[in-house]
Amino acid sequence: MSNSETPREGLPPAVPPVTRRSFLFTLGLGLNAVAAAFLTVPILGYVLSAVFRRKAEQAWIPLGETAHFPERQTRLASYRNPFTRPWDGVTADIPCWVRRLEGDRFQVFAINCAHLGCPVRWFPGSGLFMCPCHGGVYYEDGSVASGPPPRGLFEYEYRVEQSVLWVRGGRTPTLSESV
Amino acid sequence: MARVLKAIGAWLDSRLKLQSLYASSAGHMIPRSSASWWYVLGSGTLVCFVLQIVTGICLALVYVPSTTEAYASLEYLNYQQTLGWFLRATHYWGSNFMVALLTLHMIQVFLFGAYKYPRELTWMIGCMLFLLTLGAAFTGQIMRFDQDAYWGLGIGVSIMGRVPLIGAGLVQAVLGGPIIAGETLSRFFTVHVFLMPGLLIALIFVHLRLVLTRGINEYPVPGQGVDPDSYDEEYEALVEKEGIHFFPDGADKDVIFSALVIGGILACAAILGPEGPGGPPDPTLIDTAPRPDFYFLSLFAVLALMPPAIETFFILGILPLFVLILFAVPFISNRGEKHPSRRPMAVVAVVMAMTTLVTFAALGVRSPWSPVMDAWSGLPLPEATIRNRSPLELAGAAVFQAKQCRNCHAIDGSGGERGPDLGDVATRLTGDQLTRQVLQGGGNMPAYGKHLSPSETTALVAFMRTLHPKGELPARDASVVVTPTTR
Repeated sequence: MSNSETPREGLPPAVPPVTRRSFLFTLGLGLNAVAAAFLTVPILGYVLSAVFRRKAEQAWIPLGETAHFPERQTRLASYRNPFTRPWDGVTADIPCWVRRLEGDRFQVFAINCAHLGCPVRWFPGSGLFMCPCHGGVYYEDGSVASGPPPRGLFEYEYRVEQSVLWVRGGRTPTLSESV
Repeated sequence: MARVLKAIGAWLDSRLKLQSLYASSAGHMIPRSSASWWYVLGSGTLVCFVLQIVTGICLALVYVPSTTEAYASLEYLNYQQTLGWFLRATHYWGSNFMVALLTLHMIQVFLFGAYKYPRELTWMIGCMLFLLTLGAAFTGQIMRFDQDAYWGLGIGVSIMGRVPLIGAGLVQAVLGGPIIAGETLSRFFTVHVFLMPGLLIALIFVHLRLVLTRGINEYPVPGQGVDPDSYDEEYEALVEKEGIHFFPDGADKDVIFSALVIGGILACAAILGPEGPGGPPDPTLIDTAPRPDFYFLSLFAVLALMPPAIETFFILGILPLFVLILFAVPFISNRGEKHPSRRPMAVVAVVMAMTTLVTFAALGVRSPWSPVMDAWSGLPLPEATIRNRSPLELAGAAVFQAKQCRNCHAIDGSGGERGPDLGDVATRLTGDQLTRQVLQGGGNMPAYGKHLSPSETTALVAFMRTLHPKGELPARDASVVVTPTTR
């Protein structure tokens, strides 16, 4: 609070001499820094482990017999996410929209709107996907028809083997990374 | 008896030095003018926080933070646990009161110029407390693990996915895995019950410490501004001249207000009950329209109404800039007048900010941009629109419903509001224009060309040509000469 400078005469010099006490204190600080580093690395590794194993969390998932998906129709399917914890419960059941064009030609869309991730709904009458949150609308091929989405619906890679439809997925799609 | 108590008191005082603790904390001197009804909002917020801690601990006794069990434990709390519904309701209404009172406290501090010299840090810590409270509110909304919580998380990670370069990593770090699942809820639980309350308590201590070191703002007087060079002495002189002890002399109104706050929360809890949980958090149940709690409705609305091209820039650039400006307020205006009557721009800023927030929140409740998902199958057509119509027009009315037009277009006020109300569309568009608009879309309307047969289109347009108010003629092609007899 006071503005008056204390005179510097009579005070010890600005750099105090190294004493045994000050040396041990500095040494102690250094040891603690090392200990803190040894603690921080495992903590970060633990907390951020999900980030590091990210690339590995993609797998082929069966969606069922192709016969379940009539041609020229779009149907809701769901699968159990392969990267799941035993206590995930229903949250690991992930829905998706399967559009069968004809034969083995498919389009499999993520449920999440490309705008902010809400679940889009299919309206066969108008051939549109509509989002209940901010009014994003997509055509049957997943391209944007109206509203705020910056891109079309996220699409799964798919393949058909022995009449079974497989998709490659495993994560929640965002603008940074598709399914 | 009294002698024994006195002896115990003296013994404790000699160990804990309670009298000097009192003198340097609750008993500190404040200007008499600060013991005003306007100054009860901060302590009211603190009362809410204490109530949140108490009720939160109670809820944690029963609540299970696991995606398999959370929903069931919420239902158990609501219906089976003795007074579980009341504790949930008190925690929910306590959070609403806390956000509301904290907002009012900030507005009052802003309008009274209390953030100016020497209370800049008090204001900035207050801003952190505000952000943390909103964070606690959001994570608390996730604890109510229902459909809104699940898809609210989806919105949260979609926003994070927009961050350049590190977006994908950020999403996984927040979710604790590739999808919203067990680890996500554990993470948000940890943040909600350990990290945020801990940080809040620490920062509240700093905030109150600053009230002790730099004093509480004196009631502003027009014409008496702040000059950092002389303010400290003036304040000390003021406290010297007419100071009172905060506790108990200056705390009368705070004490009454805190009882009113608790009473208000308990009354809301008892009468209005707990919030939710809504539908179960099963992602495959997609017939849901997620909405946030009221404090995030305005943001929810802004995200719907903003031009898509600037959206990411707004979220990652403009929003943090707003927060930065909020923190910088004491450095933008550090001295001068405090009284709102001498600071018209400050009043205008508050009125504008609150008008904006309330308007957007009201829009968020109505969500006019969102299609009404069941309007096509659930809403009857107004009788007047189908009475005395030709078979073709009636067929068109059926097409109108079956093709979900109603989800986005109301007729005479009932139906979606995404597109214009079509109750009088015939006065605006000719038959040819209607056909073109329906088939090709445009102006934010999807094209229906692929999903309408020529006969359906003809019927639909014939129906829409009948949609005009009585006594108003439908629009016509001006290039076609109409003789009075042909109409």
